[in-house]
Amino acid sequence: MNFYAVKAIYKFEMARTWRTLMQSIASPVLSTSLYFIVFGTAIGSRMQSINGVDYGAFIIPGLVMLTLLTQSLSNASFGIYFPRFSGTIFEVLSAPVSYVEILLGYVGAAASKSVMVGMLILVTARCFVDYEIQHPVWMFAFLVFTSVTFSLFGFIIGIWADSFEKLQLIPMMVITPLAFLGGSFYSIDMLPPFWQTVTLFNPVVYLISGFRWSFFGVADVNVALSLGMTVLFLVLCIVGVAWIFKTGYRLKD
Amino acid sequence: MQPIISVQNVSKIYKGGFQALKHVDLEIKKGEIFALLGPNGAGKTTLISIICGIVNLSEGTVNAAGFDIVKDYRAARGAIGLVPQELSTDAFESVWNTVTFSRGLFGKPRNDAYIEKVLRDLSLWEKRHTSIRELSGGMKRRVLIAKALSHEPQILFLDEPTAGVDVELRRDMWAMVRELRRKGVTIILTTHYIEEAEEMADRIGIISKGEIILVDDKSALMEKLGQKQLAIQLQHPLTEIPANLSQYALTISEDNVTLVYTFDTQNEETGVAEILRKLNENGIEFKDLHSSQSSLEDIFVSLVHGND
Repeated sequence: MNFYAVKAIYKFEMARTWRTLMQSIASPVLSTSLYFIVFGTAIGSRMQSINGVDYGAFIIPGLVMLTLLTQSLSNASFGIYFPRFSGTIFEVLSAPVSYVEILLGYVGAAASKSVMVGMLILVTARCFVDYEIQHPVWMFAFLVFTSVTFSLFGFIIGIWADSFEKLQLIPMMVITPLAFLGGSFYSIDMLPPFWQTVTLFNPVVYLISGFRWSFFGVADVNVALSLGMTVLFLVLCIVGVAWIFKTGYRLKD
Repeated sequence: MQPIISVQNVSKIYKGGFQALKHVDLEIKKGEIFALLGPNGAGKTTLISIICGIVNLSEGTVNAAGFDIVKDYRAARGAIGLVPQELSTDAFESVWNTVTFSRGLFGKPRNDAYIEKVLRDLSLWEKRHTSIRELSGGMKRRVLIAKALSHEPQILFLDEPTAGVDVELRRDMWAMVRELRRKGVTIILTTHYIEEAEEMADRIGIISKGEIILVDDKSALMEKLGQKQLAIQLQHPLTEIPANLSQYALTISEDNVTLVYTFDTQNEETGVAEILRKLNENGIEFKDLHSSQSSLEDIFVSLVHGND
Protein backbone atom coordinates (compact mmCIF):
# COMPACT_ATOMS: atom_id res chain seq x y z
CA MET A 1 0.00 0.00 0.00
CA ASN A 2 1.35 3.41 -1.03
CA PHE A 3 0.28 5.30 2.11
CA TYR A 4 2.27 8.37 1.11
CA ALA A 5 0.21 8.62 -2.08
CA VAL A 6 -3.11 8.21 -0.24
CA LYS A 7 -2.04 10.88 2.23
CA ALA A 8 -0.86 13.18 -0.58
CA ILE A 9 -4.16 12.94 -2.49
CA TYR A 10 -6.20 13.27 0.69
CA LYS A 11 -4.26 16.30 1.90
CA PHE A 12 -4.34 17.89 -1.53
CA GLU A 13 -8.13 17.53 -1.74
CA MET A 14 -8.67 18.76 1.80
CA ALA A 15 -6.43 21.75 1.08
CA ARG A 16 -9.02 22.91 -1.46
CA THR A 17 -11.64 22.82 1.29
CA TRP A 18 -9.56 25.07 3.54
CA ARG A 19 -8.78 27.33 0.60
CA THR A 20 -12.47 27.71 -0.24
CA LEU A 21 -13.88 27.62 3.27
CA MET A 22 -16.84 29.88 2.50
CA GLN A 23 -17.97 27.78 -0.45
CA SER A 24 -17.11 24.35 0.95
CA ILE A 25 -18.25 24.63 4.54
CA ALA A 26 -19.94 27.94 5.37
CA SER A 27 -22.31 28.02 2.40
CA PRO A 28 -23.98 24.58 2.88
CA VAL A 29 -24.20 25.13 6.65
CA LEU A 30 -25.76 28.57 6.17
CA SER A 31 -28.29 27.47 3.53
CA THR A 32 -29.37 24.49 5.66
CA SER A 33 -29.68 26.77 8.70
CA LEU A 34 -32.12 28.91 6.69
CA TYR A 35 -34.31 25.82 6.29
CA PHE A 36 -34.27 25.36 10.06
CA ILE A 37 -35.25 28.98 10.63
CA VAL A 38 -38.03 29.00 7.99
CA PHE A 39 -39.42 25.46 8.25
CA GLY A 40 -38.35 24.62 11.78
CA THR A 41 -38.75 27.74 13.89
CA ALA A 42 -41.21 29.89 11.88
CA ILE A 43 -43.56 27.47 10.10
CA GLY A 44 -42.77 24.41 12.23
CA SER A 45 -44.08 26.02 15.41
CA ARG A 46 -47.56 26.08 13.83
CA MET A 47 -47.44 22.49 12.57
CA GLN A 48 -48.55 19.33 14.33
CA SER A 49 -45.93 16.92 15.56
CA ILE A 50 -45.28 13.89 13.36
CA ASN A 51 -45.13 10.48 15.05
CA GLY A 52 -44.70 12.32 18.31
CA VAL A 53 -41.73 14.40 17.08
CA ASP A 54 -41.91 18.21 16.81
CA TYR A 55 -41.87 19.29 13.18
CA GLY A 56 -38.77 21.45 13.68
CA ALA A 57 -36.85 18.44 14.96
CA PHE A 58 -38.47 16.03 12.48
CA ILE A 59 -36.92 17.74 9.46
CA ILE A 60 -33.35 17.72 10.86
CA PRO A 61 -32.36 14.22 9.63
CA GLY A 62 -33.89 14.89 6.21
CA LEU A 63 -32.11 18.20 5.81
CA VAL A 64 -28.79 16.78 6.98
CA MET A 65 -29.24 13.89 4.54
CA LEU A 66 -30.14 16.30 1.70
CA THR A 67 -26.94 18.27 2.30
CA LEU A 68 -24.90 15.12 2.78
CA LEU A 69 -26.00 13.70 -0.57
CA THR A 70 -25.42 16.86 -2.57
CA GLN A 71 -22.11 17.66 -0.85
CA SER A 72 -20.75 14.13 -1.25
CA LEU A 73 -21.66 14.13 -4.93
CA SER A 74 -20.27 17.56 -5.69
CA ASN A 75 -17.08 17.13 -3.61
CA ALA A 76 -16.15 13.79 -5.16
CA SER A 77 -17.24 14.58 -8.71
CA PHE A 78 -15.37 17.89 -8.77
CA GLY A 79 -12.33 16.30 -7.10
CA ILE A 80 -11.73 13.88 -9.98
CA TYR A 81 -13.28 15.93 -12.79
CA PHE A 82 -11.06 18.97 -12.30
CA PRO A 83 -7.74 17.11 -12.81
CA ARG A 84 -9.27 15.55 -15.93
CA PHE A 85 -10.39 18.97 -17.14
CA SER A 86 -7.06 20.68 -16.39
CA GLY A 87 -4.95 17.76 -17.62
CA THR A 88 -3.17 17.17 -14.29
CA ILE A 89 -4.69 13.68 -14.10
CA PHE A 90 -1.62 12.47 -16.04
CA GLU A 91 0.36 12.65 -12.82
CA VAL A 92 -2.00 10.36 -10.88
CA LEU A 93 -2.16 7.90 -13.79
CA SER A 94 1.63 7.78 -14.11
CA ALA A 95 2.24 7.44 -10.36
CA PRO A 96 2.90 4.11 -8.61
CA VAL A 97 -0.57 4.02 -7.09
CA SER A 98 -3.27 1.37 -7.28
CA TYR A 99 -6.88 2.17 -8.01
CA VAL A 100 -7.78 1.42 -4.39
CA GLU A 101 -5.27 4.03 -3.25
CA ILE A 102 -6.66 6.59 -5.71
CA LEU A 103 -10.14 5.92 -4.36
CA LEU A 104 -9.04 6.12 -0.74
CA GLY A 105 -7.53 9.52 -1.42
CA TYR A 106 -10.28 11.12 -3.48
CA VAL A 107 -13.35 9.46 -1.98
CA GLY A 108 -11.92 9.59 1.54
CA ALA A 109 -11.43 13.35 1.27
CA ALA A 110 -14.86 13.93 -0.27
CA ALA A 111 -16.57 11.83 2.40
CA SER A 112 -14.60 13.54 5.19
CA LYS A 113 -15.78 16.95 3.98
CA SER A 114 -19.39 15.75 3.87
CA VAL A 115 -19.24 14.26 7.36
CA MET A 116 -17.71 17.50 8.59
CA VAL A 117 -20.50 19.56 7.00
CA GLY A 118 -23.14 17.13 8.35
CA MET A 119 -21.80 17.41 11.89
CA LEU A 120 -21.62 21.19 11.65
CA ILE A 121 -25.23 21.30 10.49
CA LEU A 122 -26.28 19.15 13.44
CA VAL A 123 -24.48 21.50 15.83
CA THR A 124 -26.00 24.56 14.11
CA ALA A 125 -29.48 23.02 14.18
CA ARG A 126 -29.23 22.82 17.96
CA CYS A 127 -29.21 26.62 18.02
CA PHE A 128 -32.70 26.71 16.51
CA VAL A 129 -34.40 23.45 17.44
CA ASP A 130 -34.37 21.09 20.42
CA TYR A 131 -33.59 17.51 19.50
CA GLU A 132 -32.00 14.37 20.92
CA ILE A 133 -30.22 11.50 19.25
CA GLN A 134 -31.44 8.11 20.53
CA HIS A 135 -28.84 6.02 18.69
CA PRO A 136 -25.74 8.22 18.21
CA VAL A 137 -23.52 5.35 17.02
CA TRP A 138 -26.04 4.38 14.35
CA MET A 139 -26.52 8.04 13.47
CA PHE A 140 -22.77 8.40 12.87
CA ALA A 141 -22.67 5.08 11.00
CA PHE A 142 -25.45 6.23 8.66
CA LEU A 143 -23.68 9.56 8.21
CA VAL A 144 -20.38 7.94 7.26
CA PHE A 145 -21.96 5.16 5.17
CA THR A 146 -24.05 7.61 3.15
CA SER A 147 -21.14 10.00 2.68
CA VAL A 148 -18.85 7.24 1.41
CA THR A 149 -21.54 5.76 -0.85
CA PHE A 150 -22.48 9.06 -2.45
CA SER A 151 -18.85 10.13 -2.71
CA LEU A 152 -18.27 6.96 -4.71
CA PHE A 153 -21.28 7.85 -6.83
CA GLY A 154 -19.87 11.37 -7.23
CA PHE A 155 -16.51 9.87 -8.29
CA ILE A 156 -18.36 7.95 -11.04
CA ILE A 157 -20.11 11.14 -12.17
CA GLY A 158 -16.78 12.98 -12.20
CA ILE A 159 -15.33 10.32 -14.50
CA TRP A 160 -18.42 10.20 -16.71
CA ALA A 161 -18.88 13.96 -17.11
CA ASP A 162 -17.14 15.66 -19.98
CA SER A 163 -18.40 19.15 -19.20
CA PHE A 164 -19.23 21.24 -16.14
CA GLU A 165 -22.88 21.11 -17.18
CA LYS A 166 -22.92 17.30 -17.02
CA LEU A 167 -21.16 17.48 -13.68
CA GLN A 168 -24.15 19.33 -12.25
CA LEU A 169 -26.79 17.35 -14.12
CA ILE A 170 -27.32 14.38 -11.79
CA PRO A 171 -26.92 16.25 -8.47
CA MET A 172 -29.35 18.99 -9.55
CA MET A 173 -31.81 17.11 -11.74
CA VAL A 174 -31.93 13.74 -10.01
CA ILE A 175 -30.60 13.73 -6.45
CA THR A 176 -32.09 17.00 -5.19
CA PRO A 177 -35.64 16.14 -6.38
CA LEU A 178 -35.30 12.61 -4.97
CA ALA A 179 -34.18 14.02 -1.62
CA PHE A 180 -37.03 16.56 -1.50
CA LEU A 181 -39.57 13.87 -2.43
CA GLY A 182 -37.94 11.26 -0.21
CA GLY A 183 -39.44 12.43 3.06
CA SER A 184 -37.07 15.22 4.06
CA PHE A 185 -39.97 17.44 5.10
CA TYR A 186 -42.73 14.90 5.72
CA SER A 187 -43.42 11.34 6.69
CA ILE A 188 -44.49 9.20 3.76
CA ASP A 189 -47.47 8.12 5.91
CA MET A 190 -48.86 11.58 5.16
CA LEU A 191 -49.10 10.78 1.43
CA PRO A 192 -52.12 9.16 -0.28
CA PRO A 193 -51.70 5.35 -0.62
CA PHE A 194 -50.82 5.51 -4.35
CA TRP A 195 -48.01 8.02 -3.79
CA GLN A 196 -46.78 6.06 -0.78
CA THR A 197 -46.22 3.10 -3.10
CA VAL A 198 -44.52 5.31 -5.72
CA THR A 199 -42.28 6.85 -3.07
CA LEU A 200 -40.97 3.43 -2.05
CA PHE A 201 -39.16 3.32 -5.42
CA ASN A 202 -37.17 6.35 -4.37
CA PRO A 203 -33.93 5.03 -2.84
CA VAL A 204 -33.40 8.22 -0.84
CA VAL A 205 -36.50 7.36 1.25
CA TYR A 206 -34.57 4.50 2.83
CA LEU A 207 -31.57 6.68 3.63
CA ILE A 208 -33.64 9.42 5.25
CA SER A 209 -35.86 6.95 7.07
CA GLY A 210 -32.93 5.04 8.56
CA PHE A 211 -31.16 8.22 9.54
CA ARG A 212 -34.34 9.60 11.16
CA TRP A 213 -34.73 6.35 13.11
CA SER A 214 -31.27 6.87 14.63
CA PHE A 215 -32.51 10.23 15.97
CA PHE A 216 -36.06 9.54 17.14
CA GLY A 217 -36.53 5.78 17.00
CA VAL A 218 -39.32 6.18 14.43
CA ALA A 219 -39.03 5.35 10.73
CA ASP A 220 -41.13 5.25 7.55
CA VAL A 221 -39.62 1.89 6.58
CA ASN A 222 -37.97 -0.88 8.55
CA VAL A 223 -34.50 0.18 9.68
CA ALA A 224 -32.94 -3.11 8.52
CA LEU A 225 -34.32 -2.40 5.04
CA SER A 226 -32.83 1.09 5.19
CA LEU A 227 -29.46 -0.31 6.10
CA GLY A 228 -29.77 -2.99 3.43
CA MET A 229 -30.58 -0.41 0.76
CA THR A 230 -27.62 1.75 1.80
CA VAL A 231 -25.29 -1.26 1.60
CA LEU A 232 -26.81 -2.24 -1.77
CA PHE A 233 -26.19 1.22 -3.16
CA LEU A 234 -22.66 1.14 -1.79
CA VAL A 235 -22.02 -2.21 -3.50
CA LEU A 236 -23.45 -0.88 -6.80
CA CYS A 237 -21.15 2.12 -6.64
CA ILE A 238 -18.13 -0.11 -5.88
CA VAL A 239 -19.01 -2.29 -8.87
CA GLY A 240 -19.31 0.85 -11.05
CA VAL A 241 -15.94 2.19 -9.91
CA ALA A 242 -14.31 -1.23 -10.35
CA TRP A 243 -15.61 -1.36 -13.93
CA ILE A 244 -14.25 2.13 -14.62
CA PHE A 245 -10.81 1.17 -13.37
CA LYS A 246 -10.83 -2.18 -15.16
CA THR A 247 -11.75 -0.66 -18.52
CA GLY A 248 -9.98 2.68 -18.05
CA TYR A 249 -13.26 4.35 -19.05
CA ARG A 250 -12.56 8.04 -19.73
CA LEU A 251 -9.29 7.76 -17.83
CA LYS A 252 -6.94 5.75 -20.02
CA ASP A 253 -6.96 5.09 -23.77
CA MET B 1 24.87 -3.37 -20.27
CA GLN B 2 21.18 -3.91 -19.55
CA PRO B 3 19.10 -1.09 -21.07
CA ILE B 4 17.21 1.08 -18.59
CA ILE B 5 14.20 1.09 -20.91
CA SER B 6 13.35 -1.75 -23.21
CA VAL B 7 10.42 -1.51 -25.60
CA GLN B 8 9.65 -4.72 -27.44
CA ASN B 9 7.19 -5.14 -30.29
CA VAL B 10 4.88 -2.46 -28.92
CA SER B 11 1.79 -1.57 -30.90
CA LYS B 12 -1.03 0.77 -30.01
CA ILE B 13 -4.40 0.83 -31.69
CA TYR B 14 -6.82 3.43 -30.31
CA LYS B 15 -10.53 2.66 -29.92
CA GLY B 16 -11.37 4.48 -33.14
CA GLY B 17 -9.08 2.03 -34.98
CA PHE B 18 -6.17 4.44 -35.49
CA GLN B 19 -2.84 2.64 -35.16
CA ALA B 20 -0.50 5.05 -33.43
CA LEU B 21 2.41 2.61 -32.98
CA LYS B 22 3.43 -0.33 -35.14
CA HIS B 23 5.64 -3.02 -33.60
CA VAL B 24 8.07 -0.58 -32.02
CA ASP B 25 11.37 -1.89 -30.64
CA LEU B 26 13.59 0.52 -28.75
CA GLU B 27 16.27 0.35 -26.10
CA ILE B 28 17.47 3.29 -24.05
CA LYS B 29 20.86 3.05 -22.37
CA LYS B 30 21.34 3.99 -18.75
CA GLY B 31 22.66 7.51 -18.29
CA GLU B 32 22.23 8.73 -21.85
CA ILE B 33 20.29 11.62 -23.33
CA PHE B 34 18.08 10.17 -26.01
CA ALA B 35 16.18 12.42 -28.38
CA LEU B 36 13.08 11.09 -30.06
CA LEU B 37 12.31 13.07 -33.17
CA GLY B 38 9.29 12.87 -35.36
CA PRO B 39 6.67 15.02 -37.05
CA ASN B 40 3.31 15.75 -35.44
CA GLY B 41 1.24 12.58 -35.04
CA ALA B 42 4.25 10.30 -35.48
CA GLY B 43 3.60 8.52 -32.18
CA LYS B 44 6.15 10.18 -29.88
CA THR B 45 3.71 11.13 -27.13
CA THR B 46 1.86 7.82 -27.40
CA LEU B 47 5.11 5.92 -26.88
CA ILE B 48 6.06 8.05 -23.88
CA SER B 49 2.54 7.76 -22.45
CA ILE B 50 2.67 3.97 -22.70
CA ILE B 51 6.02 3.77 -20.92
CA CYS B 52 4.74 6.09 -18.17
CA GLY B 53 1.48 4.16 -17.70
CA ILE B 54 -0.92 6.83 -18.99
CA VAL B 55 -1.95 4.87 -22.09
CA ASN B 56 -2.49 1.12 -22.30
CA LEU B 57 -0.49 -0.79 -24.88
CA SER B 58 -2.29 -3.03 -27.35
CA GLU B 59 0.60 -5.43 -27.88
CA GLY B 60 4.18 -5.96 -26.73
CA THR B 61 6.13 -5.44 -23.53
CA VAL B 62 7.93 -2.53 -21.90
CA ASN B 63 10.49 -2.67 -19.10
CA ALA B 64 11.62 0.39 -17.20
CA ALA B 65 14.52 0.19 -14.73
CA GLY B 66 14.29 -3.60 -15.06
CA PHE B 67 10.58 -3.81 -14.21
CA ASP B 68 7.65 -4.69 -16.43
CA ILE B 69 5.42 -1.61 -16.64
CA VAL B 70 2.26 -3.71 -16.29
CA LYS B 71 3.21 -6.50 -13.85
CA ASP B 72 5.58 -4.41 -11.69
CA TYR B 73 3.98 -1.05 -12.36
CA ARG B 74 4.79 0.35 -8.94
CA ALA B 75 8.55 -0.20 -9.24
CA ALA B 76 8.60 0.82 -12.91
CA ARG B 77 6.60 4.02 -12.45
CA GLY B 78 8.50 4.94 -9.30
CA ALA B 79 11.67 5.13 -11.38
CA ILE B 80 10.16 7.51 -13.94
CA GLY B 81 9.53 11.24 -13.94
CA LEU B 82 7.49 12.84 -16.70
CA VAL B 83 7.35 16.42 -17.86
CA PRO B 84 4.36 16.57 -20.19
CA GLN B 85 4.01 18.62 -23.33
CA GLU B 86 1.00 20.58 -22.07
CA LEU B 87 1.37 23.08 -19.25
CA SER B 88 -1.04 21.15 -17.04
CA THR B 89 -0.72 22.53 -13.53
CA ASP B 90 -2.77 22.90 -10.39
CA ALA B 91 -3.46 26.56 -11.03
CA PHE B 92 -4.63 27.48 -7.53
CA GLU B 93 -1.94 25.65 -5.57
CA SER B 94 1.39 27.10 -4.46
CA VAL B 95 4.61 25.88 -6.03
CA TRP B 96 5.72 24.24 -2.78
CA ASN B 97 2.45 22.37 -2.24
CA THR B 98 2.21 21.03 -5.76
CA VAL B 99 5.82 19.79 -5.74
CA THR B 100 5.51 18.12 -2.32
CA PHE B 101 2.22 16.57 -3.51
CA SER B 102 4.08 14.94 -6.40
CA ARG B 103 6.72 13.50 -4.08
CA GLY B 104 4.06 11.95 -1.86
CA LEU B 105 2.11 10.64 -4.84
CA PHE B 106 5.18 8.72 -5.95
CA GLY B 107 5.48 7.08 -2.55
CA LYS B 108 8.34 9.07 -1.10
CA PRO B 109 8.41 10.39 2.48
CA ARG B 110 8.55 14.11 3.06
CA ASN B 111 11.99 15.61 2.44
CA ASP B 112 11.93 19.40 2.62
CA ALA B 113 15.68 19.72 2.09
CA TYR B 114 15.53 17.83 -1.19
CA ILE B 115 12.52 19.80 -2.45
CA GLU B 116 14.28 23.03 -1.51
CA LYS B 117 17.30 21.97 -3.54
CA VAL B 118 15.17 21.12 -6.58
CA LEU B 119 13.38 24.47 -6.35
CA ARG B 120 16.64 26.36 -5.93
CA ASP B 121 18.22 24.54 -8.89
CA LEU B 122 15.27 25.57 -11.03
CA SER B 123 15.25 29.16 -9.73
CA LEU B 124 11.84 28.57 -8.18
CA TRP B 125 12.75 28.96 -4.52
CA GLU B 126 11.72 32.63 -4.36
CA LYS B 127 8.36 31.66 -5.89
CA ARG B 128 7.65 28.73 -3.58
CA HIS B 129 4.64 30.39 -1.95
CA THR B 130 3.28 31.81 -5.20
CA SER B 131 0.12 30.41 -6.71
CA ILE B 132 0.94 28.67 -9.99
CA ARG B 133 -1.61 30.67 -11.99
CA GLU B 134 0.46 33.80 -11.26
CA LEU B 135 3.58 32.34 -12.92
CA SER B 136 4.74 32.90 -16.49
CA GLY B 137 4.68 30.06 -19.02
CA GLY B 138 8.40 29.47 -18.59
CA MET B 139 8.11 29.31 -14.81
CA LYS B 140 5.19 26.88 -15.09
CA ARG B 141 7.40 24.67 -17.25
CA ARG B 142 10.01 24.76 -14.47
CA VAL B 143 7.34 23.77 -11.94
CA LEU B 144 6.48 20.75 -14.07
CA ILE B 145 10.15 19.79 -14.14
CA ALA B 146 10.36 20.23 -10.36
CA LYS B 147 7.32 17.98 -9.93
CA ALA B 148 8.87 15.34 -12.18
CA LEU B 149 12.12 15.48 -10.21
CA SER B 150 10.47 15.56 -6.78
CA HIS B 151 10.68 11.78 -6.27
CA GLU B 152 14.30 11.46 -7.46
CA PRO B 153 13.60 9.46 -10.63
CA GLN B 154 16.24 7.46 -12.49
CA ILE B 155 14.56 8.18 -15.81
CA LEU B 156 13.20 11.55 -16.89
CA PHE B 157 10.91 12.03 -19.87
CA LEU B 158 10.77 15.52 -21.30
CA ASP B 159 7.99 15.82 -23.85
CA GLU B 160 8.70 18.97 -25.87
CA PRO B 161 10.41 20.61 -22.85
CA THR B 162 11.25 23.93 -24.43
CA ALA B 163 8.11 24.48 -26.50
CA GLY B 164 7.12 28.12 -26.14
CA VAL B 165 9.97 29.14 -23.86
CA ASP B 166 12.39 31.95 -24.62
CA VAL B 167 15.98 31.42 -25.72
CA GLU B 168 17.47 32.20 -22.32
CA LEU B 169 15.25 29.74 -20.51
CA ARG B 170 15.91 27.14 -23.19
CA ARG B 171 19.66 27.47 -22.57
CA ASP B 172 19.04 27.17 -18.81
CA MET B 173 17.05 24.02 -19.35
CA TRP B 174 19.70 22.50 -21.54
CA ALA B 175 22.24 23.18 -18.79
CA MET B 176 19.92 21.63 -16.23
CA VAL B 177 19.41 18.53 -18.37
CA ARG B 178 23.16 18.09 -18.76
CA GLU B 179 23.55 18.43 -15.00
CA LEU B 180 20.90 15.75 -14.42
CA ARG B 181 22.66 13.44 -16.84
CA ARG B 182 25.91 14.09 -14.98
CA LYS B 183 24.15 12.86 -11.84
CA GLY B 184 23.19 9.65 -13.61
CA VAL B 185 19.61 10.40 -14.66
CA THR B 186 18.66 8.93 -18.03
CA ILE B 187 16.86 11.51 -20.13
CA ILE B 188 14.52 10.92 -23.01
CA LEU B 189 13.30 14.01 -24.77
CA THR B 190 11.00 14.58 -27.65
CA THR B 191 11.38 17.80 -29.50
CA HIS B 192 10.47 19.68 -32.60
CA TYR B 193 13.59 21.77 -32.26
CA ILE B 194 16.21 19.86 -34.17
CA GLU B 195 18.88 22.16 -32.76
CA GLU B 196 17.86 20.96 -29.30
CA ALA B 197 18.54 17.33 -30.22
CA GLU B 198 21.70 18.33 -32.05
CA GLU B 199 22.88 20.29 -29.03
CA MET B 200 22.09 17.76 -26.32
CA ALA B 201 21.43 14.21 -27.41
CA ASP B 202 23.86 11.31 -27.28
CA ARG B 203 21.61 9.19 -29.44
CA ILE B 204 18.71 9.99 -31.69
CA GLY B 205 15.68 7.98 -32.67
CA ILE B 206 13.42 9.00 -35.50
CA ILE B 207 9.81 7.94 -35.46
CA SER B 208 7.42 8.37 -38.34
CA LYS B 209 3.88 7.06 -38.76
CA GLY B 210 4.18 4.92 -35.65
CA GLU B 211 7.42 3.22 -36.68
CA ILE B 212 10.95 3.77 -35.46
CA ILE B 213 12.80 4.31 -38.70
CA LEU B 214 16.24 4.95 -37.28
CA VAL B 215 18.18 4.90 -34.02
CA ASP B 216 21.84 5.88 -33.92
CA ASP B 217 24.49 7.90 -32.14
CA LYS B 218 24.04 11.52 -33.06
CA SER B 219 27.60 11.93 -34.32
CA ALA B 220 27.51 8.66 -36.25
CA LEU B 221 24.18 9.64 -37.74
CA MET B 222 25.48 12.95 -38.92
CA GLU B 223 28.60 11.36 -40.22
CA LYS B 224 26.76 8.60 -42.03
CA LEU B 225 23.99 10.60 -43.52
CA GLY B 226 25.51 14.05 -43.54
CA GLN B 227 26.04 15.59 -46.92
CA LYS B 228 28.20 18.53 -47.69
CA GLN B 229 27.55 21.26 -50.16
CA LEU B 230 30.12 23.39 -51.96
CA ALA B 231 28.87 26.70 -53.32
CA ILE B 232 31.10 28.15 -56.05
CA GLN B 233 30.45 31.83 -56.68
CA LEU B 234 31.16 32.65 -60.32
CA GLN B 235 32.62 35.82 -61.79
CA HIS B 236 30.15 35.71 -64.69
CA PRO B 237 26.68 34.15 -64.99
CA LEU B 238 26.47 30.62 -66.32
CA THR B 239 23.32 29.29 -68.02
CA GLU B 240 24.37 25.72 -68.71
CA ILE B 241 26.62 23.19 -67.03
CA PRO B 242 29.49 22.29 -69.35
CA ALA B 243 29.38 18.75 -70.78
CA ASN B 244 32.61 17.64 -69.09
CA LEU B 245 31.05 18.49 -65.68
CA SER B 246 27.70 16.79 -66.24
CA GLN B 247 28.77 13.66 -64.29
CA TYR B 248 28.82 15.67 -61.03
CA ALA B 249 25.80 16.59 -58.91
CA LEU B 250 26.03 20.22 -59.90
CA THR B 251 23.17 22.72 -60.04
CA ILE B 252 23.06 26.37 -61.06
CA SER B 253 21.40 28.88 -58.77
CA GLU B 254 18.41 30.88 -60.01
CA ASP B 255 20.51 33.98 -60.54
CA ASN B 256 23.02 31.90 -62.55
CA VAL B 257 26.00 33.11 -60.52
CA THR B 258 26.46 30.17 -58.14
CA LEU B 259 27.27 26.56 -58.87
CA VAL B 260 26.22 24.21 -56.08
CA TYR B 261 27.91 20.84 -55.70
CA THR B 262 26.44 18.28 -53.28
CA PHE B 263 28.71 15.44 -52.21
CA ASP B 264 29.00 12.70 -49.64
CA THR B 265 31.66 13.25 -47.01
CA GLN B 266 32.12 9.49 -46.66
CA ASN B 267 33.43 9.04 -50.22
CA GLU B 268 37.18 8.76 -50.58
CA GLU B 269 37.11 11.00 -53.63
CA THR B 270 34.83 13.95 -53.12
CA GLY B 271 35.43 15.27 -56.65
CA VAL B 272 36.00 18.83 -55.47
CA ALA B 273 39.54 19.16 -56.87
CA GLU B 274 38.45 17.65 -60.19
CA ILE B 275 35.55 20.08 -60.54
CA LEU B 276 37.73 23.09 -59.84
CA ARG B 277 40.28 21.88 -62.39
CA LYS B 278 37.61 21.40 -65.05
CA LEU B 279 36.12 24.84 -64.36
CA ASN B 280 39.57 26.26 -65.12
CA GLU B 281 39.79 24.19 -68.29
CA ASN B 282 36.44 25.61 -69.40
CA GLY B 283 37.58 29.16 -68.61
CA ILE B 284 34.93 29.59 -65.95
CA GLU B 285 36.27 31.95 -63.34
CA PHE B 286 35.08 31.93 -59.74
CA LYS B 287 35.54 34.45 -56.96
CA ASP B 288 34.59 32.55 -53.80
CA LEU B 289 34.03 29.08 -52.36
CA HIS B 290 31.76 28.18 -49.44
CA SER B 291 31.12 24.73 -48.01
CA SER B 292 28.41 23.65 -45.52
CA GLN B 293 27.56 20.42 -43.68
CA SER B 294 23.95 19.25 -43.68
CA SER B 295 22.27 19.72 -40.30
CA LEU B 296 20.34 17.19 -38.29
CA GLU B 297 17.22 18.93 -39.53
CA ASP B 298 18.16 18.16 -43.14
CA ILE B 299 18.77 14.54 -42.20
CA PHE B 300 15.49 14.37 -40.33
CA VAL B 301 13.51 15.85 -43.21
CA SER B 302 15.11 13.55 -45.76
CA LEU B 303 14.47 10.47 -43.60
CA VAL B 304 10.88 11.32 -42.80
CA HIS B 305 10.08 12.23 -46.39
CA GLY B 306 11.83 9.08 -47.53
CA ASN B 307 9.38 7.17 -45.34
CA ASP B 308 6.33 8.82 -46.99
